[in-house]
Amino acid sequence: MSTTTDMKPVATKKSGGFTGAAANYIDERTSVSTAVKELGRKIFPDHWSFLLGEVALYSFVIILLSGSFLTFFFQASMAEVQYDGSYVPLKGVEMSVAMASSLDISFDVRGGLLMRQVHHWAALLFVASIGLHMLRIYFTGAFRKPRELNWVIGFVLFILAMAEGFTGYSLPDDLLSGNGLRIIDGMVKGIPVVGTWISFLLFGGEFPGTDIVGRLYSLHILLLPAIIVALIALHLLFVVVHKHTQYPGAGRTDTNVVGYPVLPVYAAKAGGFFFIVFGVVMLMASFFTINPIWNYGPYDPSPVSAGTQPDWYIGFADGALRLVPPGLEWVWFGHTWSFNILIPLTVIGIFIATVLFYPFIEAWITGDKREHHILDRPRNAPTRTAIGAAGVTFYAGLWAAASSDIMATHFKLTMEGVIHTLQAVVILGPIFAYFITKRVCLALQKKDREIVLHGYESGRIVRLPGGEYIEVHQPVDEYERWKLVSYNNYKPLELAPNAQGKVSPVQRVRAGLSRWFFEDRIAPVGTKELEESHGDHH
Amino acid sequence: MPRTQKPTNGRTRRTGRRSPLASVALIAIGLLFTGGAYAMISTSTATAATETASQQTVSEGEKLFAANCATCHGLSADGTGSGPSLIGVGAASVDFQVGTGRMPLQANGPQAIVKPVQFTEEQTAALTAYVASLAPGPGIPEAEYLDAEGDAAAGAELFRINCAMCHNVAGAGGALTEGKYAPALDGVTPQHIYEAMVTGPQNMPVFNDMNVSPEDKRDIITYLKYLENNPSPGGFALGSLGPVSEGLFLWIFGLGAIVALTVWITAKSN
Amino acid sequence: MASDETSGKDLTAADSSSVEHVTAAVGTAVVGTAVVARDAVANPGFPPHRPRITDLDPRAEKRAERTVYTLFYLSIVGSIFAIAAYMIFPIVPEDPGSVRLNNLFIGVGLALALLALGIGAVHWGKALMHDEEGSDERHPVRGSDETRARAVEIFQEANTESGIGRRAVIRNSLIGALVVFPLPAVVLFRGLAPQDQDPVALLNQTMWKKGTRLALDPSGSPIKASDVTLGSSFAVIPEGLADLEHGRLEEKAKAAVILVRMKPEDLNQLPERATWSYDGIVAYSKICTHVGCPVGLYEQQTHHLLCPCHQSQFDVADHAKVIFGPAKRALPQLPIAVDSEGYLIAQSDFLEPVGPSFWERQ
Repeated sequence: MSTTTDMKPVATKKSGGFTGAAANYIDERTSVSTAVKELGRKIFPDHWSFLLGEVALYSFVIILLSGSFLTFFFQASMAEVQYDGSYVPLKGVEMSVAMASSLDISFDVRGGLLMRQVHHWAALLFVASIGLHMLRIYFTGAFRKPRELNWVIGFVLFILAMAEGFTGYSLPDDLLSGNGLRIIDGMVKGIPVVGTWISFLLFGGEFPGTDIVGRLYSLHILLLPAIIVALIALHLLFVVVHKHTQYPGAGRTDTNVVGYPVLPVYAAKAGGFFFIVFGVVMLMASFFTINPIWNYGPYDPSPVSAGTQPDWYIGFADGALRLVPPGLEWVWFGHTWSFNILIPLTVIGIFIATVLFYPFIEAWITGDKREHHILDRPRNAPTRTAIGAAGVTFYAGLWAAASSDIMATHFKLTMEGVIHTLQAVVILGPIFAYFITKRVCLALQKKDREIVLHGYESGRIVRLPGGEYIEVHQPVDEYERWKLVSYNNYKPLELAPNAQGKVSPVQRVRAGLSRWFFEDRIAPVGTKELEESHGDHH
Repeated sequence: MPRTQKPTNGRTRRTGRRSPLASVALIAIGLLFTGGAYAMISTSTATAATETASQQTVSEGEKLFAANCATCHGLSADGTGSGPSLIGVGAASVDFQVGTGRMPLQANGPQAIVKPVQFTEEQTAALTAYVASLAPGPGIPEAEYLDAEGDAAAGAELFRINCAMCHNVAGAGGALTEGKYAPALDGVTPQHIYEAMVTGPQNMPVFNDMNVSPEDKRDIITYLKYLENNPSPGGFALGSLGPVSEGLFLWIFGLGAIVALTVWITAKSN
Repeated sequence: MASDETSGKDLTAADSSSVEHVTAAVGTAVVGTAVVARDAVANPGFPPHRPRITDLDPRAEKRAERTVYTLFYLSIVGSIFAIAAYMIFPIVPEDPGSVRLNNLFIGVGLALALLALGIGAVHWGKALMHDEEGSDERHPVRGSDETRARAVEIFQEANTESGIGRRAVIRNSLIGALVVFPLPAVVLFRGLAPQDQDPVALLNQTMWKKGTRLALDPSGSPIKASDVTLGSSFAVIPEGLADLEHGRLEEKAKAAVILVRMKPEDLNQLPERATWSYDGIVAYSKICTHVGCPVGLYEQQTHHLLCPCHQSQFDVADHAKVIFGPAKRALPQLPIAVDSEGYLIAQSDFLEPVGPSFWERQ
């Protein structure tokens, strides 16, 4: 973008000194002025939650920059060497070249440890910001038509980010990552029919073999980043095509987009924000250790560290493995069925599929086929918000389970108690979260109605001549009011016989779901009500 | 109260099952050993004190024992329903348990916890001498193994293989079953580390000299002291707890700071 | 879809008496189920613009300007500090403290450079750049009717010109070729693992065999029965493993054993395994039967073994059966005996595959 900053005047005036000449040179060969004309004053709405996706994008750029630096030093080989670097407590220890080169980056390259820590902190931030970005999209209904496909692309990016994270976590070949791979191997082997062979092919023979680090490295620095870059490009292209959504507000409609132009305000803010995100990551990297591989030492199948966990984003899967009830493995028809692995895999698979296809599921239930560019305030879609809260609770329960041992030691609990509690949380928690959230949403909608009709409570008590006490209410102005009344009310789909005069079972289910989705609703305040309320007010 | 076991519940239960005759026999054996052992004790684990001096401390220790320990461990240290027999546990065990403040036990719980030390060094030494006088057992380690000047790399490897599964690779501690835990090792004196290895306090297994030789133990101590004296090169270690504390830090402080900044960026300037 | 048939003007929503369906903004597209009351409040239009301090007060504007360029200069200072720190705080071999300082000061310099640059740019944008919000018009995402008609036309032309619709044999054989051509690539992936090995056979055997001495991990020195005192726990490998040139870790991943001794009367052995232990000394595979973490956390009083990865617990006193957690199978036991010199030896290999379950496991 920065090269195009000075394009605009050039299109109109030819003689502009050196910048003018340079711009002219480029435009005559690239037609860049067309792009500037189309995009230069494109409007972007301003809201803090709209920057979460940018955080993800920027942390990805930081990862690319720091990761490129690391590739110049890292050697993805599992050949055995004796460590002879600077870190005394590992001197002379047999380890893989991958581990030794990671230690050299940490202890013998100036700024190498800093780059490793930048890379790892940015990776944690990358996945976390995607998660938060997705929550914002979900709870505001930004995934609705025409953005369903972009939701899918974004969610695939989330999965790919986790894959990038896990492959990267495994590269140093230290004790922690080796045990992580050991768990992956165990899970893969539990898959019926093909598990043993997938593990055998993945590791190039028996676990751990001497191939896995090199293979994960190819995925980590070539294949996965290439796919991610392509999908990010597509994701952003769709943002341009759809134009950004906006929160409800005075003057904003489904047919306009209100905010600041790319040049100059948005460019300054977004460009500046890249450096801010980078700066925050840099601060974390300079002050806080992440993944001290020198403590873990090289991978060896016999030792393990207390508190062996994956990075946070794989935690939910690890937690699912921990929460499985005991004894779920049987031999049937001469084969071993490991339901203690299959159940978590299936549950996670269903969860992921539900999130991935949620926009289509909701659209089918609601029968809503309009384009939506004004976001829902979460309270104005109570059922959706409640489903989201249930999903978050479910995920959080699994996630917390991955730290069951740490919770036990730090809160002086028994690990058995923590696990049993979390088993209950994962099953019952979503149900409670659903009902509580839905009621809270409806209550907030009622409160909005109150505010629109009677204004804010000012806290000022006035005694009327008749002796009556009233609290003076501060009326909302019309711009503020618009935010509270500008949502749509929906009614459930109703059953109607088709051409043959029959109601298909599918339609029956659909109507039932639609009733469930829309049954509790509070209509926005209309002008009639407003007038009436003004009538009986003072 | 099946859950709130005493730290040494395994033995406790067995003691409870044992017939009174067995106790008598045990004492007899213990006394026999004491006599015999005193004659031949001169090997690596023996106390270095002279006999006359030790005789005095032993009787002093016996008084302290009667006043402070006998309620649970029995007047002749042969154990009761609420505490195990101490015959043959050795000087190292007493020095560790009393010297770290674990004993006397404050309250029943999943395991004995570290508290402010209850006895002076002399009193601890006297108690140690008394229990050591009952029957031979692991003695106070010799100073040459406690200097933390061994091979840190060898120690680190042994630590990973024998200790890290409970105590965490950085000695940050970890969870065990039913509310028990392996404590963090930061700040534990070399002598207590050594004594814990030879005696296997509470649920910790014993690492005798054939498993982890005295030189190996010295190496392990060297590694732990290296960790203690060299703060993490990467900056604050976040408790050395691994990915859980890193993830928590990222979500709360990293992402928290960034969200705060997004709010600032999009707030109207005034 | 259902909405089309059911959306009639006569339907009413619960809370409003007179409603009409939203006609979609997009021409003929179908209508959803949103209902809008006839008396819905109208959009009031844009609120009046509220000027900033910097718009009203020239001094505030000057101040903001000063802040911005000061931040940019500060950023330059940060970058230079980082370069200086690179040289002033070199890494001294074998001194982790020097790494700490190197990391800290280069990082602080860079963080200052980045944050000052970013905050400066944002502050410029917020406080000094033109503050009036603009508005773009949105158009339906779908192409216009002419565009769509033209697109259909193009496809039809292409169809006619190529004959892909008419020439069914060509078309179908093309599809067939496209489907088959990636298959060789799939076959190539067989080469990911050695051709001459059978994973199931490998999983069924370990390095242990009759007479192999139990040795200490990592030194590899053999263990005498008398070395294993009560309450001990030994990390054990087969003798000879430490000297393996190839496949050391692969063998260790299957052969790692934990050896403990308890009072024989505490040991509750299966009758068929009565001869597998020696005087209260038992040896069990250290590889968890859940997903393969090393199960090393031995509690010498409760005789419980805990896996730190997923908290499966095994009772060593009771043939290492599972007493908590996701694992199902007991840890495989290694039958042991003592040879003429008093060393512990294996009676045979494990009698079942060690480690995580797999499909072909019997």
